[in-house]
Amino acid sequence: MSETATKPAPKTEEGTERRLNMIEAINDALDVSMGRDENIVIMGEDVGYFGGVFRCTAGLQQKYGKTRVFDTPISECGIIAAAVGMGAYGLRPVPEIQFADYIYPGLDQLISEAARLRYRSAAEYTAPITVRSPFGGGIFGGQTHSQSPEAIFAHVSGLKTVIPATPYDAKGLLISAIEDNDPVIFFEPKRIYNGPFSGYYDKPVEPWKRFDASVVPEGHYKIPLGKARYATEGDELTILAYGTMVHVVEAVCREKGVEADIVDLRTIVPVDIETIEESVKKTGCCLIVHEATRTAGFGAELSALVTERCFYHLEAPVERVTGFDTPYPHSLEWAYFPGPIRIGEALDKILSE
Amino acid sequence: MADRPHDDAKLGDNRPKLSLHVPEPKFRPGDAVDFSHIQVPEAGAQPRPDETTKPEDMLDFAHGLIRVLGEDNKAHGPWDPKLDPETLRTMLGHMAMTRAFDERMFRGQRQGKTSFYMKCTGEEATSVSASMALAADDMVFPSYRQQGILIQRGYPMIEMINQIYSNRGDKLKGRQLPIMYSSKEHSFFTISGNLATQTPQAVGWAMASAIKGDSRIAATWVGEGSTAEGDFHSACLFATVYNAPVILNVVNNQWAISSFSGFAGAERATFAARGVGYGIASLRVDGNDPLACYEAEQWAANRARANAGPTLIEFFSYRAEGHSTSDDPSGYRSAQERDEWPLGDPVMRLKNHLIEIGEWDEERQEKMDLEAAEYVKKTTKEAEENGILGHGLHHPFRTMFEDVFEELPWHLKEQAQQAIHERETKFPEGLPNGGKGA
Ligand SMILES: Cc1ncc(C[n+]2csc(CCOP(=O)(O)OP(=O)(O)O)c2C)c(N)n1
Repeated sequence: MSETATKPAPKTEEGTERRLNMIEAINDALDVSMGRDENIVIMGEDVGYFGGVFRCTAGLQQKYGKTRVFDTPISECGIIAAAVGMGAYGLRPVPEIQFADYIYPGLDQLISEAARLRYRSAAEYTAPITVRSPFGGGIFGGQTHSQSPEAIFAHVSGLKTVIPATPYDAKGLLISAIEDNDPVIFFEPKRIYNGPFSGYYDKPVEPWKRFDASVVPEGHYKIPLGKARYATEGDELTILAYGTMVHVVEAVCREKGVEADIVDLRTIVPVDIETIEESVKKTGCCLIVHEATRTAGFGAELSALVTERCFYHLEAPVERVTGFDTPYPHSLEWAYFPGPIRIGEALDKILSE
Repeated sequence: MADRPHDDAKLGDNRPKLSLHVPEPKFRPGDAVDFSHIQVPEAGAQPRPDETTKPEDMLDFAHGLIRVLGEDNKAHGPWDPKLDPETLRTMLGHMAMTRAFDERMFRGQRQGKTSFYMKCTGEEATSVSASMALAADDMVFPSYRQQGILIQRGYPMIEMINQIYSNRGDKLKGRQLPIMYSSKEHSFFTISGNLATQTPQAVGWAMASAIKGDSRIAATWVGEGSTAEGDFHSACLFATVYNAPVILNVVNNQWAISSFSGFAGAERATFAARGVGYGIASLRVDGNDPLACYEAEQWAANRARANAGPTLIEFFSYRAEGHSTSDDPSGYRSAQERDEWPLGDPVMRLKNHLIEIGEWDEERQEKMDLEAAEYVKKTTKEAEENGILGHGLHHPFRTMFEDVFEELPWHLKEQAQQAIHERETKFPEGLPNGGKGA
C-alpha cells in the first residue's frame, strides 16, 4: 500500500489546531504559494479587488498588489490565452474561471495550446498554469452553475485534472498543482466549500470545522498529484469517487453499515492506478460514482480500467452511479443528483451478487 | 405575436422582402482584373505622428496607407527610415533568401520529400522588414507565413529543413506538421495549427514582461482571414485594457485559402480600423513596401517600449501564390490578379530602390539570387542526410510519448512499451535504412 495513498489528515483536538473550510484552505494555498514564488500571478473575473465571487482570492490583491492579482475582462478565451503567453514568458499563472460551466470559451486555448505546448515545441515552451474553477452541482445552480466537465479534460493528452474533497487536500493539492510544470485543471466542488455533503439536501450543512480534514497546517505542504486517498477502508467493496461524491458515498455506507474501501481519486489524470488495482483486487467488487453525466463520463474509463486489470478478481460486474444524460436541471436537481437512493441500490445490487 | 404592429399576414406583404448579402470577390477565374478601385496614395503623403500620440488622434492612419517607396523608386516622406545602404542590402538579402527557400521547399514537397509546404511569396516584407525593426530578444508569435523572421533572425536554415522533412535531425522530433517551427533561442514562439490562438498569447507574454518590469516587447502576426476568430477580439481587448507592450500585425494578403477578405469583413472596414474601436493605435501600411513595413513596426515598437501601449498594423499585401501545396488558386481567383496587383512585388521594389540610389545593380542582384539558391540547395542536401519524410530516419519511437507531460505517467509508459513491442515484431532483424527502433 503506497504511503501517500493512505496518509490521513493530521488528527488534533478541536480548537488546538487551525481549522479551515475549503475556501479558506484554497485562499491559504494561494497566499502561501504567492509568498514563496513571485512569478505566480492570479487573474480572472472578479478575483482582484472583490476577492472572487466565492471569496477564494479575498485579500490577495491587497497583500500582493494589482500586478499580481487582477481582474480580467469577461473572456475565458482571453484569460486562458493570456495565461499561456505568461507561462511562455516564465510566469506561473493561476487563472480562475468563475464556474466550470464557463470554461468552454477557453477550451481551444486549453486543448490546442496549453495541453500541447510542451509536446509540439519538444519542451522549448511549457504551460505551467493552474486553472482553478468551482464545479459540480447540489446548489440549485441550474444548467450553467452545476456542471462537472472533468471527462472533457480527461480526454485531452497533456492536461492534468485534480479535484479535492477536503480542505486539507485542497490546500496540499493546489500547491502541488501550482508548482507542477504541466497545465493543471483544478476543479473545486463548490457544494463542499463550506462543509461535507451527505447527500441529504434537506439537512443543514455541517461545517468543515467539525471534521478532522479541516485541520489545515500553516505554511507550505504538498499532496502529490496522481495519488489517491482511502477515505475509508473496508473489505466489502471498492468505491471510486472524487469531490462531493466522496462524502455522499461515505454517508450512505455509514448508514447502511457497508464496509467499503472508498477511494478518493483526488487526481483524475493521471489516475492512481496502483491504488485502484490494490483495492479492487482485495475487495473483488467495484462501484464508481460521479455527478457528471453517464455516457462517456470518466466513470466509463474507470470501469474499463478496472475490468481490464482486475477481471479475474471481480465477483460482480462493475457498476456506475452517475448523473443522468441530461443537462443539469434546476427544479429537479435532487431527482438528477446521484443521491443516497441511487447509490444505495447500486450497493445492494453489487453486494447481493 | 401580440407586439407585432400588423397581425394580418396580408398587411405584412407590403413590407419589402429582406435579402441576405453574401460577399463575392470582384474577379473569378478567367475574369479580367481591374484594381483601379484600390486607392493607392502618393508615397510620402502621410505624416508621421509622435509614437505616444493618442489613438483617437490617429484615426486617419487606420484608413489611409503608409507608403515610402514611390513609383520613382525613391524613398519619400516622414516614414522613410533612412536606413544605410548596408542595412538595405541585408534586408534585400533576407527577402531574396526567403523567396529562394520557398521555391526549393515547394519543389521538395512536389518531389515527395515532405507532405506539405506554404510559401510567403509577395509577403516577404511583412516578416523580414518588420522583424528587422525589432530587437532580437523581442518575442514574436507568428502564424505559419512568417518564415522570413527566422531567416532574418539567423535561425540555421538546416534546422528549418530538418523540421520540414520531419527527419532525425528535426528538433521537434517529427511531431509537428512541416513549417510549424519553434525556436526559443530566437524568441520565436511555437507555431500552432489552430488559427489566431497566438494573438492573445502574445498579449499575455507582453503583460508578463510589463508585470516583471522588463523592457522586451511582443509582436504577433495573423492573417486577415484569421482576424475573424474570437481569439483576435480577446487579443485586442486584453492589449488595450492592460496597455500591453505588444504589436498586433495583421497581414492582409486578400485571401484566406479560397475565401476573399470580404468574408473577414473587408467590404465594410479596413482591418486597421478594427483597432480603433478598441482604442488601439492603428496603422495601415503598404505591405509590399519594405521601408514602410520597417518603419511602421519601428514606430509601434517605440510606442510599446515607451509604455504608450499596443499598436495594430494592417499590412496591405497580396498572397501571390497558392495557399499551400494542397491548394490550387486557379479554382477560385483570376490568374491575372498577381500581375495586376497595384503595389507590386516587395523584392523588386527594394531592389529598384537600391539601384536608384546607386547602391546596387542588376549583376549584383543576379549574383545574390544565384548565391541564395545555391545556399538553399547545399543546405537541403545536408538536411537530406538526416532523412526525408517517411524514410525511416526519424526519431526513436519512444520519443512519441515524451513531452506530453514533464514526466511519463504510467499509462504513457505502458503505451510506449506497446509501440516498441510493435516495432520489434515488425522488424525482428532491426530497422531498415539504419533507423533506430526504440
Ligand atoms: C481554427 C482554425 N480554423 C480553420 C483552419 C484551417 N485553415 C488553415 S489556414 C486557413 C486560412 C487562413 O487565412 P488567413 O488568416 O487570411 O492567413 P493566410 O493563409 O492568408 O496567411 C484556414 C481556414 C485552421 N487552421 N484553424
